Amino acid sequence: MTFATGVAITALLIGTAVLSLVYTPSDPLQMSITGRLQGPSGPHPFGTDQYGRDVLSRVMRGTITSIAVGVIAVGIGAVLGMLIGILSGYAGGVLDEGFMRLVDAIQGFPAILSALLFAAVFTPGIALSMVAIGIAFVPAFARLTRAGFLELREREFVVAARALGAADRRLITRHILPNTLPPLIVQATTSFPVAILAEAGLAYLGLGTQPPHPSWGLMLREAQNFLSMNPWFAVFPGGAIALTVLGLNLLGDGLRDLLDPKTA
Amino acid sequence: MRGYIARRAAAFVVTLLVVSLLVFVVVRVLPGDPALVIIGPDGSPEAAARLREAMGLNRPIPVQYAEWLGGALRGDLGKSLQYDVPVGRLIVSRLPVTLPLALMAATLMVVTALPLGLFAARHHRRVGDYLAMVVSQIGIAVPGFWAGLLLILLFSVHLGWVQSGGFAGWSTGLWPGIRSLLLPAVALGLFQAAVLVRATRSSVLDVLREDYVRTARAKGVSELSALGKHTLRNALIPIVTVAGLQLGQLAAGAIILESVFALPGLGRLALGAITARDLPVVQGVTLFVASSIVFINFAVDLLYVVLDPRIRYD
Repeated sequence: MTFATGVAITALLIGTAVLSLVYTPSDPLQMSITGRLQGPSGPHPFGTDQYGRDVLSRVMRGTITSIAVGVIAVGIGAVLGMLIGILSGYAGGVLDEGFMRLVDAIQGFPAILSALLFAAVFTPGIALSMVAIGIAFVPAFARLTRAGFLELREREFVVAARALGAADRRLITRHILPNTLPPLIVQATTSFPVAILAEAGLAYLGLGTQPPHPSWGLMLREAQNFLSMNPWFAVFPGGAIALTVLGLNLLGDGLRDLLDPKTA
Repeated sequence: MRGYIARRAAAFVVTLLVVSLLVFVVVRVLPGDPALVIIGPDGSPEAAARLREAMGLNRPIPVQYAEWLGGALRGDLGKSLQYDVPVGRLIVSRLPVTLPLALMAATLMVVTALPLGLFAARHHRRVGDYLAMVVSQIGIAVPGFWAGLLLILLFSVHLGWVQSGGFAGWSTGLWPGIRSLLLPAVALGLFQAAVLVRATRSSVLDVLREDYVRTARAKGVSELSALGKHTLRNALIPIVTVAGLQLGQLAAGAIILESVFALPGLGRLALGAITARDLPVVQGVTLFVASSIVFINFAVDLLYVVLDPRIRYD
């Protein structure tokens, strides 16, 4: 039930993103000075914003921003984290200790804090949010990979492969890494909605996606100034974030139950 | 236990050093020339040279880092370019907003999550459990800043009970101060509580299945004692782990909520500093917040030994 609901909502999200590439009810960037801050109506089911742009079209197009940031940020976190985890777990010793302190330190930087730091010296934008969010995921991926390597590197099949002359690279890529993947896949799935929430937060602060590009967080930032004139403007982008995160969380829970029944 | 604490303390100190190094590298090394970042593309080369000299940017990078770190250890984080006052003093002046906000939110998180998680576990696979899980799923999905906007919409725009933002200050009395922070603390704390509800439920469920809980019940102890004394105490380690991580998220969430409710805290100080290219302030605030989060993680590590004396980590 949980998994099915998650799949349905995620399918709706991806469907909306794909559809918005070829069709939106209006041009998401088309302004209309006479149609500003309207409530929901036939031509504009989600109303219009302060420039008269169609909120439904912008919410639809915002889906692409969320998915893109989510995928790339999780990718950055997974690649960097796995790299650290592999080196740390396989080599052990001082290298392991050093990498773990680095991971502990990175854990002190939630996405918003990294974004603040980067925004001070680089131009805020979608790339900055991807990197900041991705870095925040590094500790989780690094620890999971390291734990897998620590557990597996002394197992019989690895010891046997080593005794047969397998090189480190082969041991890592063929024997150990594939066996550490299931929890990492679950981690990637559960990180994805977190990335979407973080992207919205950064865009809201003005550190992520920049105007006029549609982003749900950015729309909420714009809506705040017009809460008393058109409250619906704040309702729909926020609802889109909540529905998306809910669907992805349900999907993640379902996947975890399938791939890692011990924690179900 | 002493050995464990000493090892954790050593790791904590090294981690703080790495945090300081990361902040320094991003602000002073990655941009190439921080003076150009501060004066912007329209600044003259002479102005950049003067700023470089004033900020000591002409010296070798390791020397700059050692001086900055030495200053930070003495509480000297440099001077704000925007306000012309020490960064440390600016941070301290904003703490009376950010710290109470985080503390109120953390209190709300704990007092909501623990009873709800216990309730869900106690009523496992019954209506109460399903209801608690639905509420927590929704709580996890709703971004805190959107919840803040909806609270403003309801309590400020429609009902007119509270003002939509701003901070009354503690000098006007305890209640006006608390009142200014109440809605942001609810938006921040209640929605962070959702994750802790799930962790509490899951951890308590694991312990409820243990033989010693069944034995305690068979011996006739009250349900309150079975849950509180025998179950919750043993379920606390995973709960404290998640709560520690959530506290870090609270610090980050406070930065956004301060913007939603126009609160003059650390987050808004940093955001204003970014606009004004006030690098020493950004550097100081991020170092302070990141170090605080690392300290919370260290405190959680120490708490494990108090909660479960069997833990030795030898």
